[in-house]
Amino acid sequence: MTEKEMQVREKQEVQQAGEPTTTERYFVPAVDIYETDEAVTVLADMPGVGKDGVEVRLEDDTLTIKGTKGGNGGEGERVLLREFESGHYLRRFTMTEVIDQAKIEATMADGVLTLKLPKVEPARPRKIVVQGG
Amino acid sequence: MAIIRFTDRPLFRNPWTDFERMRREFDTLFQGLARDYPGRPGATVFPALNVSEDADHLYVRAEIPGVKAADLDISVEGDTLTISGERTTCPAEQKLSYHRREIECGRFSRAITLPTRVNADQVSAGFANGVLTITLPKAEAVKPRKIEIKTQ
Repeated sequence: MTEKEMQVREKQEVQQAGEPTTTERYFVPAVDIYETDEAVTVLADMPGVGKDGVEVRLEDDTLTIKGTKGGNGGEGERVLLREFESGHYLRRFTMTEVIDQAKIEATMADGVLTLKLPKVEPARPRKIVVQGG
Repeated sequence: MAIIRFTDRPLFRNPWTDFERMRREFDTLFQGLARDYPGRPGATVFPALNVSEDADHLYVRAEIPGVKAADLDISVEGDTLTISGERTTCPAEQKLSYHRREIECGRFSRAITLPTRVNADQVSAGFANGVLTITLPKAEAVKPRKIEIKTQ
Protein backbone atom coordinates (compact mmCIF):
# COMPACT_ATOMS: atom_id res chain seq x y z
CA MET A 1 0.00 0.00 0.00
CA THR A 2 1.35 3.34 -0.93
CA GLU A 3 1.11 6.16 1.53
CA LYS A 4 1.87 8.86 -0.97
CA GLU A 5 -0.69 11.56 -1.49
CA MET A 6 -1.57 12.36 -5.05
CA GLN A 7 -1.10 15.89 -6.28
CA VAL A 8 -3.05 17.92 -8.77
CA ARG A 9 -1.22 18.37 -11.99
CA GLU A 10 -2.27 21.06 -14.37
CA LYS A 11 -3.12 19.76 -17.80
CA GLN A 12 -0.84 21.01 -20.50
CA GLU A 13 -2.16 21.95 -23.84
CA VAL A 14 -0.51 20.64 -26.98
CA GLN A 15 1.56 23.29 -28.69
CA GLN A 16 0.85 22.75 -32.33
CA ALA A 17 2.91 24.15 -35.11
CA GLY A 18 -0.04 25.02 -37.28
CA GLU A 19 -3.25 26.54 -36.12
CA PRO A 20 -6.10 24.02 -36.16
CA THR A 21 -9.25 24.98 -37.99
CA THR A 22 -11.51 23.67 -35.26
CA THR A 23 -11.61 25.05 -31.77
CA GLU A 24 -11.15 21.65 -30.14
CA ARG A 25 -8.48 21.51 -27.53
CA TYR A 26 -5.76 18.93 -27.31
CA PHE A 27 -3.90 18.13 -24.13
CA VAL A 28 -0.69 16.26 -23.45
CA PRO A 29 -1.44 13.01 -21.62
CA ALA A 30 0.84 12.05 -18.74
CA VAL A 31 2.77 8.91 -19.63
CA ASP A 32 4.91 6.24 -18.06
CA ILE A 33 7.30 4.48 -20.40
CA TYR A 34 9.29 1.51 -19.24
CA GLU A 35 11.33 -1.13 -20.89
CA THR A 36 11.91 -4.75 -20.16
CA ASP A 37 14.05 -7.18 -22.10
CA GLU A 38 11.17 -8.06 -24.39
CA ALA A 39 9.09 -4.95 -24.80
CA VAL A 40 8.60 -1.25 -24.31
CA THR A 41 5.41 -0.42 -22.43
CA VAL A 42 3.69 2.94 -22.65
CA LEU A 43 0.97 3.93 -20.20
CA ALA A 44 -0.97 7.09 -20.96
CA ASP A 45 -3.60 8.79 -18.80
CA MET A 46 -6.47 9.79 -21.05
CA PRO A 47 -9.56 10.17 -18.88
CA GLY A 48 -12.78 10.40 -20.83
CA VAL A 49 -11.49 8.48 -23.81
CA GLY A 50 -13.22 5.20 -24.56
CA LYS A 51 -11.92 2.14 -26.35
CA ASP A 52 -13.09 3.46 -29.70
CA GLY A 53 -11.56 6.88 -29.31
CA VAL A 54 -7.96 5.73 -29.26
CA GLU A 55 -5.77 5.96 -32.28
CA VAL A 56 -2.23 4.61 -32.12
CA ARG A 57 0.08 4.89 -35.08
CA LEU A 58 3.67 3.90 -35.58
CA GLU A 59 5.23 5.34 -38.68
CA ASP A 60 8.94 4.74 -39.14
CA ASP A 61 10.07 5.56 -35.63
CA THR A 62 7.36 8.05 -34.67
CA LEU A 63 4.72 6.80 -32.29
CA THR A 64 1.55 8.88 -32.23
CA ILE A 65 -1.05 8.47 -29.52
CA LYS A 66 -4.32 10.25 -30.06
CA GLY A 67 -7.34 10.05 -27.84
CA THR A 68 -10.67 11.49 -28.89
CA LYS A 69 -13.00 12.23 -26.06
CA GLY A 70 -16.73 11.83 -26.34
CA GLY A 71 -19.06 14.55 -25.20
CA ASN A 72 -18.55 15.34 -21.56
CA GLY A 73 -22.16 15.98 -20.73
CA GLY A 74 -22.80 19.18 -18.92
CA GLU A 75 -24.52 20.97 -21.76
CA GLY A 76 -27.19 23.32 -20.54
CA GLU A 77 -25.76 23.40 -17.06
CA ARG A 78 -24.50 26.41 -15.22
CA VAL A 79 -20.85 26.12 -14.22
CA LEU A 80 -20.18 26.79 -10.56
CA LEU A 81 -16.57 25.69 -10.31
CA ARG A 82 -14.12 24.84 -13.04
CA GLU A 83 -10.81 23.39 -11.98
CA PHE A 84 -9.93 21.39 -15.05
CA GLU A 85 -10.45 21.72 -18.75
CA SER A 86 -11.31 18.74 -20.86
CA GLY A 87 -10.45 17.93 -24.41
CA HIS A 88 -8.76 15.44 -26.64
CA TYR A 89 -5.28 14.05 -26.14
CA LEU A 90 -2.29 13.95 -28.43
CA ARG A 91 1.33 13.00 -27.95
CA ARG A 92 4.18 11.91 -30.18
CA PHE A 93 7.34 10.02 -29.39
CA THR A 94 10.37 9.06 -31.35
CA MET A 95 11.16 5.43 -30.64
CA THR A 96 14.75 4.46 -30.21
CA GLU A 97 14.10 0.73 -30.20
CA VAL A 98 13.14 -1.35 -33.20
CA ILE A 99 9.55 -2.45 -32.65
CA ASP A 100 7.84 -5.52 -34.04
CA GLN A 101 4.85 -3.73 -35.54
CA ALA A 102 2.73 -6.83 -36.02
CA LYS A 103 2.69 -7.66 -32.33
CA ILE A 104 1.73 -4.32 -30.81
CA GLU A 105 -1.00 -4.67 -28.22
CA ALA A 106 -3.15 -1.85 -26.92
CA THR A 107 -5.70 -1.95 -24.13
CA MET A 108 -7.81 0.80 -22.66
CA ALA A 109 -9.15 0.57 -19.14
CA ASP A 110 -10.44 3.26 -16.78
CA GLY A 111 -9.07 6.02 -18.94
CA VAL A 112 -5.56 4.60 -19.10
CA LEU A 113 -4.08 3.33 -22.34
CA THR A 114 -1.60 0.50 -22.05
CA LEU A 115 0.52 -0.03 -25.10
CA LYS A 116 2.89 -2.97 -25.38
CA LEU A 117 5.48 -2.59 -28.08
CA PRO A 118 7.50 -5.80 -28.42
CA LYS A 119 11.06 -5.37 -29.56
CA VAL A 120 12.25 -7.14 -32.63
CA GLU A 121 14.08 -10.26 -31.64
CA PRO A 122 17.74 -9.63 -32.03
CA ALA A 123 19.75 -11.97 -34.14
CA ARG A 124 20.64 -14.87 -31.93
CA PRO A 125 24.36 -15.23 -31.30
CA ARG A 126 25.61 -18.24 -33.15
CA LYS A 127 28.61 -20.17 -32.19
CA ILE A 128 30.71 -21.24 -35.09
CA VAL A 129 32.50 -24.44 -34.63
CA VAL A 130 35.78 -24.60 -36.41
CA GLN A 131 36.33 -27.93 -38.00
CA GLY A 132 39.73 -29.47 -37.94
CA GLY A 133 40.97 -30.54 -41.34
CA MET B 1 7.92 73.08 -42.51
CA ALA B 2 4.56 72.22 -41.17
CA ILE B 3 2.73 75.17 -39.91
CA ILE B 4 0.08 74.61 -37.32
CA ARG B 5 -2.21 77.43 -36.75
CA PHE B 6 -2.93 78.20 -33.17
CA THR B 7 -6.65 77.70 -33.63
CA ASP B 8 -6.18 74.11 -34.95
CA ARG B 9 -5.02 72.90 -31.57
CA PRO B 10 -7.66 71.62 -29.21
CA LEU B 11 -8.65 74.23 -26.76
CA PHE B 12 -8.20 71.96 -23.78
CA ARG B 13 -5.76 69.10 -23.89
CA ASN B 14 -6.11 66.65 -21.06
CA PRO B 15 -2.62 66.12 -19.64
CA TRP B 16 -3.62 62.64 -18.39
CA THR B 17 -4.58 61.24 -21.77
CA ASP B 18 -1.30 59.42 -22.20
CA PHE B 19 -1.54 57.86 -18.76
CA GLU B 20 -5.10 56.86 -19.44
CA ARG B 21 -4.05 55.16 -22.65
CA MET B 22 -1.24 53.36 -20.85
CA ARG B 23 -3.60 52.14 -18.15
CA ARG B 24 -5.95 50.77 -20.76
CA GLU B 25 -3.11 48.89 -22.42
CA PHE B 26 -2.06 47.36 -19.12
CA ASP B 27 -5.66 46.36 -18.47
CA THR B 28 -5.97 44.50 -21.74
CA LEU B 29 -2.60 42.87 -21.12
CA PHE B 30 -3.63 41.52 -17.74
CA GLN B 31 -7.06 40.51 -18.97
CA GLY B 32 -5.31 38.45 -21.62
CA LEU B 33 -3.26 36.72 -18.95
CA ALA B 34 -6.29 36.01 -16.85
CA ARG B 35 -8.09 34.47 -19.79
CA ASP B 36 -5.47 31.76 -20.11
CA TYR B 37 -6.04 30.58 -16.56
CA PRO B 38 -9.78 30.70 -16.02
CA GLY B 39 -10.91 30.22 -12.47
CA ARG B 40 -7.61 28.92 -11.38
CA PRO B 41 -6.34 29.52 -8.07
CA GLY B 42 -8.53 26.47 -7.44
CA ALA B 43 -7.45 22.92 -7.22
CA THR B 44 -4.64 22.20 -4.87
CA VAL B 45 -6.00 18.86 -3.71
CA PHE B 46 -6.41 15.93 -6.06
CA PRO B 47 -8.76 15.40 -7.84
CA ALA B 48 -9.61 18.63 -9.63
CA LEU B 49 -13.38 19.07 -9.76
CA ASN B 50 -15.84 20.68 -12.08
CA VAL B 51 -19.14 21.55 -10.46
CA SER B 52 -22.22 22.60 -12.38
CA GLU B 53 -25.93 22.74 -11.79
CA ASP B 54 -29.25 22.73 -13.53
CA ALA B 55 -32.66 23.38 -12.05
CA ASP B 56 -32.90 20.13 -10.10
CA HIS B 57 -29.42 18.70 -9.81
CA LEU B 58 -25.84 19.46 -8.94
CA TYR B 59 -23.19 17.70 -10.97
CA VAL B 60 -19.67 17.09 -9.76
CA ARG B 61 -17.16 15.76 -12.27
CA ALA B 62 -13.59 14.64 -11.78
CA GLU B 63 -10.98 12.98 -13.94
CA ILE B 64 -9.52 10.08 -12.03
CA PRO B 65 -7.80 7.79 -14.53
CA GLY B 66 -6.44 4.42 -13.55
CA VAL B 67 -8.62 3.94 -10.51
CA LYS B 68 -11.06 1.07 -10.26
CA ALA B 69 -14.62 1.99 -9.35
CA ALA B 70 -14.33 -0.31 -6.34
CA ASP B 71 -11.40 1.72 -5.00
CA LEU B 72 -13.42 4.93 -4.98
CA ASP B 73 -15.24 6.05 -1.91
CA ILE B 74 -17.86 8.78 -2.12
CA SER B 75 -19.87 10.04 0.80
CA VAL B 76 -22.25 12.91 1.48
CA GLU B 77 -22.62 14.24 4.96
CA GLY B 78 -24.86 17.25 5.37
CA ASP B 79 -23.62 19.54 2.64
CA THR B 80 -20.10 18.10 2.46
CA LEU B 81 -19.15 15.77 -0.35
CA THR B 82 -16.08 13.62 0.15
CA ILE B 83 -14.29 11.76 -2.62
CA SER B 84 -11.43 9.51 -1.65
CA GLY B 85 -9.61 6.57 -3.10
CA GLU B 86 -6.32 5.16 -4.12
CA ARG B 87 -4.55 4.59 -7.37
CA THR B 88 -2.72 1.31 -7.14
CA THR B 89 -2.22 0.33 -10.74
CA CYS B 90 1.39 1.47 -10.93
CA PRO B 91 3.63 -1.50 -11.58
CA ALA B 92 5.73 -2.59 -8.66
CA GLU B 93 9.37 -1.66 -8.74
CA GLN B 94 10.96 -4.56 -10.49
CA LYS B 95 13.71 -4.63 -12.94
CA LEU B 96 12.06 -2.14 -15.21
CA SER B 97 14.05 0.58 -16.74
CA TYR B 98 11.94 3.69 -16.82
CA HIS B 99 12.25 6.09 -19.70
CA ARG B 100 9.58 8.44 -18.44
CA ARG B 101 7.67 8.53 -15.22
CA GLU B 102 4.89 11.08 -15.13
CA ILE B 103 1.97 9.10 -13.73
CA GLU B 104 1.57 9.29 -10.00
CA CYS B 105 0.09 6.72 -7.73
CA GLY B 106 -1.12 7.06 -4.21
CA ARG B 107 -4.06 7.98 -2.07
CA PHE B 108 -6.28 10.94 -2.44
CA SER B 109 -9.09 12.48 -0.50
CA ARG B 110 -11.00 15.63 -1.15
CA ALA B 111 -13.96 17.20 0.57
CA ILE B 112 -15.95 20.09 -0.81
CA THR B 113 -18.81 22.06 0.60
CA LEU B 114 -21.75 21.94 -1.75
CA PRO B 115 -23.30 25.26 -2.69
CA THR B 116 -26.84 24.12 -1.89
CA ARG B 117 -28.52 21.51 0.25
CA VAL B 118 -28.95 18.15 -1.46
CA ASN B 119 -31.08 15.11 -1.03
CA ALA B 120 -28.37 12.78 0.26
CA ASP B 121 -30.47 9.64 -0.17
CA GLN B 122 -30.67 9.97 -3.91
CA VAL B 123 -27.11 10.83 -4.81
CA SER B 124 -25.83 8.71 -7.67
CA ALA B 125 -22.38 8.32 -9.13
CA GLY B 126 -21.17 7.01 -12.45
CA PHE B 127 -17.63 6.14 -13.41
CA ALA B 128 -16.73 5.65 -17.05
CA ASN B 129 -13.35 5.79 -18.78
CA GLY B 130 -11.72 7.38 -15.78
CA VAL B 131 -14.25 10.18 -15.43
CA LEU B 132 -16.36 10.29 -12.31
CA THR B 133 -19.74 11.99 -12.48
CA ILE B 134 -21.70 12.49 -9.30
CA THR B 135 -25.31 13.59 -9.63
CA LEU B 136 -26.80 15.16 -6.54
CA PRO B 137 -30.50 16.02 -6.55
CA LYS B 138 -31.15 19.32 -4.83
CA ALA B 139 -33.24 19.33 -1.71
CA GLU B 140 -36.90 20.25 -2.27
CA ALA B 141 -36.49 23.45 -0.28
CA VAL B 142 -33.87 24.94 -2.59
CA LYS B 143 -35.38 23.99 -5.93
CA PRO B 144 -36.48 27.00 -7.91
CA ARG B 145 -40.22 27.44 -7.82
CA LYS B 146 -42.07 29.05 -10.61
CA ILE B 147 -44.43 31.71 -9.45
CA GLU B 148 -47.59 32.19 -11.39
CA ILE B 149 -48.71 35.74 -11.91
CA LYS B 150 -52.41 36.18 -11.43
CA THR B 151 -54.18 38.73 -13.51
CA GLN B 152 -57.53 40.11 -12.57
